Amino acid sequence: MSKKWNVGAAPARFLSMICLAAATMLPMAAAAAEAPEASPTAVWPGMRVSLFGTRPINDSAADIVELVAPSRAEDAATVPIGIHTKLVQSPDRYIKKLYLLVDNNPSPLAATFEMTPNSGRADIETRIRIEQYSDVRAVAELNDGSLHMASRFVKASGGCSAPAGKDPKEALRNAGKIKLRTDGPIEAGKPALAQLAVSHPNASGLVLDQVTRLYEPAYFVRKINVSYAGKPVMTADVNFSISENPNFRFYFLPTGEGDLHAEVVDTKDLTFNGDVVVKPDAVAAN
Amino acid sequence: MTMASRALIVMMTCVLAGLPAHAAGRFALEQAADGIHVHRGQQAESSPENGGDIANIGFIVGKRCTAVIDTGGTAAIGRDLLMAIRQTSRLPICYVINTHVHPDHAFGDSAFKDSGAEFVAHASFPAALAARRGAYQSRLAQTVGDVADGSDIVVPSRVVAADDTLQLDLGGRTIRVQAWPTAHTDHDITVFDEQTATLWTGDLLFVDRIPVIDGKVLGWVKVIERLRALKPAHLIPGHGPINRPFETAFDSEKNYLNDVITKMRSAVEMGRTLQAAVDSDSDSDERAHWILFDDYHRRNLTAAYTELEWE
Repeated sequence: MSKKWNVGAAPARFLSMICLAAATMLPMAAAAAEAPEASPTAVWPGMRVSLFGTRPINDSAADIVELVAPSRAEDAATVPIGIHTKLVQSPDRYIKKLYLLVDNNPSPLAATFEMTPNSGRADIETRIRIEQYSDVRAVAELNDGSLHMASRFVKASGGCSAPAGKDPKEALRNAGKIKLRTDGPIEAGKPALAQLAVSHPNASGLVLDQVTRLYEPAYFVRKINVSYAGKPVMTADVNFSISENPNFRFYFLPTGEGDLHAEVVDTKDLTFNGDVVVKPDAVAAN
Repeated sequence: MTMASRALIVMMTCVLAGLPAHAAGRFALEQAADGIHVHRGQQAESSPENGGDIANIGFIVGKRCTAVIDTGGTAAIGRDLLMAIRQTSRLPICYVINTHVHPDHAFGDSAFKDSGAEFVAHASFPAALAARRGAYQSRLAQTVGDVADGSDIVVPSRVVAADDTLQLDLGGRTIRVQAWPTAHTDHDITVFDEQTATLWTGDLLFVDRIPVIDGKVLGWVKVIERLRALKPAHLIPGHGPINRPFETAFDSEKNYLNDVITKMRSAVEMGRTLQAAVDSDSDSDERAHWILFDDYHRRNLTAAYTELEWE
């Protein structure tokens, strides 16, 4: 199979993990609560070594990073995730990379986000698919190379191999539409919130067509570059663990009038662009 | 013959045939209109106790043949339905119509595989079935247990495109199969019997049980108005009591869906996150109106929010 995998996991091994429950398997969804708990430690040690080697990871990192996730997901294909950071991005000390990991997903590394001092704050809000009960982890890497982790156990199953969306034909038709906007007041020198929404099926390639016995082709957003006034704010490598219609909230640091620009690349190497002109309402008092 | 005596005959027959108690005790029929027979599922989640018998299913008898509308949550329920049909009429079964692919409505299809009936569904039904069948089957066994054995959903041999209709002649009575744009699912169909003006809604109408959004909430509220405009004299919902008056039968469902739309549209406009939006409606006044509210409401909010942010 020619799928792109972000980590060195063997696809075959994970394809055998096709889940027992589909998230959209209405109206029996509530029964998913009966699924057995996954072992939270099975995958992590190997993954940890492959991503971070023997570098120490601080897992009492509440002063640096916090992970917000529901303990039980309403919809395993749309699980809201918040990575909230506790330090101001400054050239001296900033989070340069965030890793979002879902231990028991077919491709556990759901996303990496590269941040800069221009990010203002390194927070991320997004929605992910969860294939089976799993630990979800956010690892923050500071510019000094130190690693800090927050994790939550989320009960959800069937998110990746669940049938694509509620109206797959329309999802494919609308692939590539982009909404980029700022939320709340814009003040020069103060981190401002932005939201990027991409209309895209973000197909996992793990849904088996029971009639043809073929897997639907994987087709997902893989790269996002956001810049403000020509300088990088956030660069993300993502995969199908992100839900259909990928959605990201993040911060940037407005300094004056400038263009907030998002470039989105999918696995067909199609590129979609979104822009919003940022005009600060006021200058923050220093 | 009264409804009660008809139901009694079905039950007695099952007892005499030495069938499991669950089949004998539960498989009652109601007559919605002349020649239109409905088995009402329980207003509950599928469980080993109810054997997955939670949806309204049934049949329409013409002079030439019979049409089945939905087949139930397992092959066992489908067989019960088949037996009930045989107690009512010896005419052949010419059509099995699946209102949509959800397992509580369609897993009884396997009982009709060899009936010679033509399977009829929405043009988007085969794709939905292809994507979901495996997951549905695995979950069915977990949900209801061994009674699920042999259950399967049949690929339709005849489909109806969205916004199109198909007239089927049962001999002396014509039924109109109508396929809808995305609403409860992306492949809903309804059946309208012209002789008695009976509308079989499938899950486009939930009565007393909380509606479940697995399609588009905006599409659904539009379809509700078009269904109401049909002014049916008899009304068979996918779940809940039959024959509520059409003027008001859709009100609770429409109010609920509109409430969800209003709240989630506002949350999207205010820039609330999905989690905050769902949490913001945890004290909904709607809870008092619906069975299984806490099982599906937050999920419905999630579906509506992700739809409305792209409206």
